[in-house]
Amino acid sequence: MDILSTRGLDLWYGDNQALKHIDMDIPERQVTALIGPSGCGKSTFLKTLNRMNDLVPAVRVEGLVTYRERDIYAPGTDVTWLRRQVGMVFQKPNPFPMSIYDNIAYGPRIHGVRSKARLDDIVERSLKGAAIWDEVKDRLKKSALSLSGGQQQRLCIARALAVEPDVLLMDEATSALDPISTSKIEDLITELKEHYTIIIVTHNMQQATRISDTCAFFLLGELIEFGQTTQMFSMPRDKRTEDYITGRFG
Amino acid sequence: MDALEAKYAAAKRYSETAMGLVFLLCGVLAVAFVLLISAYLILSGLPAIREVGLLDFLFGPVWAPTHKTEPQFGILPFILTSVYGTAGAVAVGVPVGFLTAMFLSKLAPRRLAAVVRTAVDLLSGIPSVVYGLVGMTVLVPAVRRVFRLPSGATLLAAILVLSVMILPSIISVSETALNAVPREYEEASLALGATETETWFRVSAPAASSGIAAAVVLGIGRAIGEAMAIMMVAGNVANMPGLFKSVRFLTTAIASEMSYAGVGSLQRSALYSIALVLFLFIMLINVILNLWFKNKREG
Repeated sequence: MDILSTRGLDLWYGDNQALKHIDMDIPERQVTALIGPSGCGKSTFLKTLNRMNDLVPAVRVEGLVTYRERDIYAPGTDVTWLRRQVGMVFQKPNPFPMSIYDNIAYGPRIHGVRSKARLDDIVERSLKGAAIWDEVKDRLKKSALSLSGGQQQRLCIARALAVEPDVLLMDEATSALDPISTSKIEDLITELKEHYTIIIVTHNMQQATRISDTCAFFLLGELIEFGQTTQMFSMPRDKRTEDYITGRFG
Repeated sequence: MDALEAKYAAAKRYSETAMGLVFLLCGVLAVAFVLLISAYLILSGLPAIREVGLLDFLFGPVWAPTHKTEPQFGILPFILTSVYGTAGAVAVGVPVGFLTAMFLSKLAPRRLAAVVRTAVDLLSGIPSVVYGLVGMTVLVPAVRRVFRLPSGATLLAAILVLSVMILPSIISVSETALNAVPREYEEASLALGATETETWFRVSAPAASSGIAAAVVLGIGRAIGEAMAIMMVAGNVANMPGLFKSVRFLTTAIASEMSYAGVGSLQRSALYSIALVLFLFIMLINVILNLWFKNKREG
């Protein structure tokens, strides 16, 4: 079952075409990795899926992007609804300058949860879901900025989980972290895919092989190859994919 | 090295030292003025307070310095007027200024923002006597008509003028603070499904709160020290303050009576005492402001 699909997706930043005719079907409750050299359009593609690209001035999107068979670029689409379904974790950990508790409770509060008991419950569940509860449960009122980088990133994952999304986008979410924090987050991603569809952008080929089920290789705004990760890394269909994953460029 | 060259080098050294002294002198000058003014105010302000009595002076409700038999020197009306007037100006000016800053920082198209910013800069450059003049000829009659008062020269008119006068500093300081909020915070909020307005008020504004607080304190400092404009619109009567009453501020009390208070009279030295009280108020606000900025730098 495919949860997100694109058909003939083109995207321009001004006159510069960043995505060229992308057709892709992203399977539900799997980890999909987007790989490719810098500037290949993988982050741009990721951000079309929750319309964070809307924030970029002079961006133009053509083609079809559907989430659960709904055209998310149709006029009248409620972007806040979409972003609630399709959550995002950024490259640089970006907790709000608030307490740990308020960081997690931010999303639910925005979406109208007022009851203290329910918020407490959501905060605990989200922090447990992001495997950081044990580390922070005694200091929920402390500033989130007092956490280490790896903890901050897991907090950001917990914050994204708190609004009960369906899909989680991760834009190089481990590239700013040390190896131990990275492996914690990789373990976490593997656990999370039981309940969520996860799409990650990564520069780390090993990471893609370790945690992804499906893999997409982008080059210069084009989707070169898309398929099972094991298949792609053992028997790439395209010469360019082979060159990239064997480290001949990129 | 020949003799001429050595002489040249020595001359250069002297001129360097001399310039260093000039710079130092200019720096010391500012300090000297502050000390001089403080000392002068304290020395000339204390005698009247001693004669009237500190409590009677600060909390006396009647100011009648020229009364033939029983002159009274209570400045409570002035203190309260200054406090209410400043509070009122902040209550009106801060929300407007803050929202303007929000508009400039987050919402306004670049061209429009430039126009608004230029207007705000011009606003801060208008002399206070012009504010007074416009207030007197436009605002005061309007207040009189709208509220059906015998005279429009009231605390309300003064508050309105003051709130416009403090707008520029509030806008520019708040805007700087809002611009300094990292874009990542806002993106995180939007990605959670918050609208832009929710993001600005719940993430950007709290993240900029210390800068916005500084803007408020700055506005208070501006408002409490203003004299000319409010003298022209507040009616200048030593009443206990009321929104629709003619009132006199600490500043305007000094400005309006100094010209006719007899040299050596108690009235004149009481005016110095008022200046001392005002000075202490403003010092207090500056200390708060400095502590704020210091904390922010260190925190």
